[in-house]
Amino acid sequence: MASSFTKTGSSFCRNSSKSSINPHLKLGPNATSFISSGIPDLDKILGGGFCVGSLVMIMEDAEAPHHMLLLRNFMSQGLVHKHPLFYASPSKQPKLFLGTLPTPNSSSSKLDKSRDPTHEKDLRIAWQYKKYFEEPNLNISTNNGGQHEYCNDFDLRKPLERHFYSGTNVDCVSIQDSPNLDALQDRCARFLAQLSRSEGNSSSAGRIAIQSFCSPQCKYSDMEWHMLSFIKSLKGMTRSSNAVVVVTFPPSLLSPSCSKRLQHMADTLLSVKAIPDEDKELAKLLTGYQDMVGFLNVHKVARLNTQVPVILDATTFSIKLERRRFLVLECLNQAPVDGSSGTSYGTSGGCSGSTKSGSLDF
Amino acid sequence: MEHTNLNLLDEALGLHNINNKLWPLCGRFILVEDSVDTTASFVLHHIIKRSLSSHPSSSVIFLSFSHPFSHYDRILRKLGCNLAAQRDNSRFFFIDMLMLQCPDEGKNNHDGLAVIFEKVERVINTLHPDNKKFLTIMIDDISLLEVVANGSSNAVLDFLHYCHTLTSEFGCALVALDHKDIYSNDERPALILELEYLADILVNAEPLATGLAKDVHGQLMVLDKGSQHEHGISSHKIHNFHFKIKENSIEYFYPGTITMS
Repeated sequence: MASSFTKTGSSFCRNSSKSSINPHLKLGPNATSFISSGIPDLDKILGGGFCVGSLVMIMEDAEAPHHMLLLRNFMSQGLVHKHPLFYASPSKQPKLFLGTLPTPNSSSSKLDKSRDPTHEKDLRIAWQYKKYFEEPNLNISTNNGGQHEYCNDFDLRKPLERHFYSGTNVDCVSIQDSPNLDALQDRCARFLAQLSRSEGNSSSAGRIAIQSFCSPQCKYSDMEWHMLSFIKSLKGMTRSSNAVVVVTFPPSLLSPSCSKRLQHMADTLLSVKAIPDEDKELAKLLTGYQDMVGFLNVHKVARLNTQVPVILDATTFSIKLERRRFLVLECLNQAPVDGSSGTSYGTSGGCSGSTKSGSLDF
Repeated sequence: MEHTNLNLLDEALGLHNINNKLWPLCGRFILVEDSVDTTASFVLHHIIKRSLSSHPSSSVIFLSFSHPFSHYDRILRKLGCNLAAQRDNSRFFFIDMLMLQCPDEGKNNHDGLAVIFEKVERVINTLHPDNKKFLTIMIDDISLLEVVANGSSNAVLDFLHYCHTLTSEFGCALVALDHKDIYSNDERPALILELEYLADILVNAEPLATGLAKDVHGQLMVLDKGSQHEHGISSHKIHNFHFKIKENSIEYFYPGTITMS
């Protein structure tokens, strides 16, 4: 009797916990939950997505707007999931940026995409890739419910339909003209207050996207301590709310110590880098160099509620646009070298390279 | 304190010296340094656990600028130490500084940090006089303390000097975390140099020179500048070893002696 009682009790608990989460939220280890970054591959790399309550920082490449690719997908995914969104940017009319967001791909063409392994792709499933193909796509729910998917594929060539961002849950603000960050901090605090965890509303997760945080057109850009203190309090507020904050900043415009401080504050730290147009040495070194648009570096993965660091197999990924539509991240592959295939075998394993020796690792 | 389960870090910190029934770190300042690639917060977790289990009336004051209580609670619970219960027993004092922000205007910075110090002092005054030497004050971390002080490293140094005087006054221990790579480009990084000078024990966590690996998460360098108890003989001891962080424990080993199970 007693045992049956506890049994029903435990199963009840399990059921209730399962029904209370929505498909846009995924439970992670250590009582954390994830929301999707809008890029299926990035979700997989980070072990599920962006951690709710964490601060994600993306270091921009001053010469290329690759951080916008990540930001667009992140915002689009939130809008498709009807998450509240707050967007701040140094442009005059940040609202216009919403018109450039990509639209989720319809499920029919997604099937088409997975059923259509090109000749090139067949070749790639070689020894280098075996372990990645054996990995089942556990992280990504595959139900074709469109809006109910955890993570959508976004078609970068089609703009998002208007009804997604015409609602009231989208807030845009320009940070160009404000003399300091107090106004922005107030807006963020108000936005995050609606999503506070204590109220028990785990149904929606908010997204804050701040683009080019320390860019020189902002009037506060020479007040480094002011900016650091803003990020610190933003992080503090985010910790107690159901939200993810993504901030992109150009590290080259900051003093080295300030940039390091921001990197320490970030829970998840990414950086993007453009590929020089005609780098013949690199073209010889890497397979699929033609399709790459840039590199993504994963410096740090969020470690909320745990002390164990996340060590990835590889920390550098190439950003590719598949059929010029879909954002794809891949591990770097060294092209076979003529006459000395031994060296390429040596680098094939799951070793993540030295962070000191250079910006690329294989 | 348990005699078993002493690891290399305990040995390097001198936690195996339990002859005189005192908390071995009492009266000492431990500075923990790390970098973006390798975090050393696990050293703080380890010292929290050891100090709370060292003596039935030992206590910890934790100044947190980087994480909420729940974060540390979950980590320490896996290490076998219930922080929530210790907090209710008034042995773990968590001072949440996550939302603290000092006003910009020049002089007020000092007031901001003075408020923090007053909080620490108030907690100490509630303790029984005999228990003050079993106290550990912990700061996570100093770089955020600087942000709170709007970059005034003098204010931060003042604050830390005040905390340091507590160690000689009451014989409590001071443990602070800082990120060394922040200062690597400074011409004259006064703050970190002064802290390194003041520290009795320096713990430095670095990534391996060969990069990140799954089996070895980094290396620790522990420099013990010698304790006062040793009849005026100052003995600098350097311990170097590697570590691997797990959920419920941390493995320490000398380079090359990792045992695969």
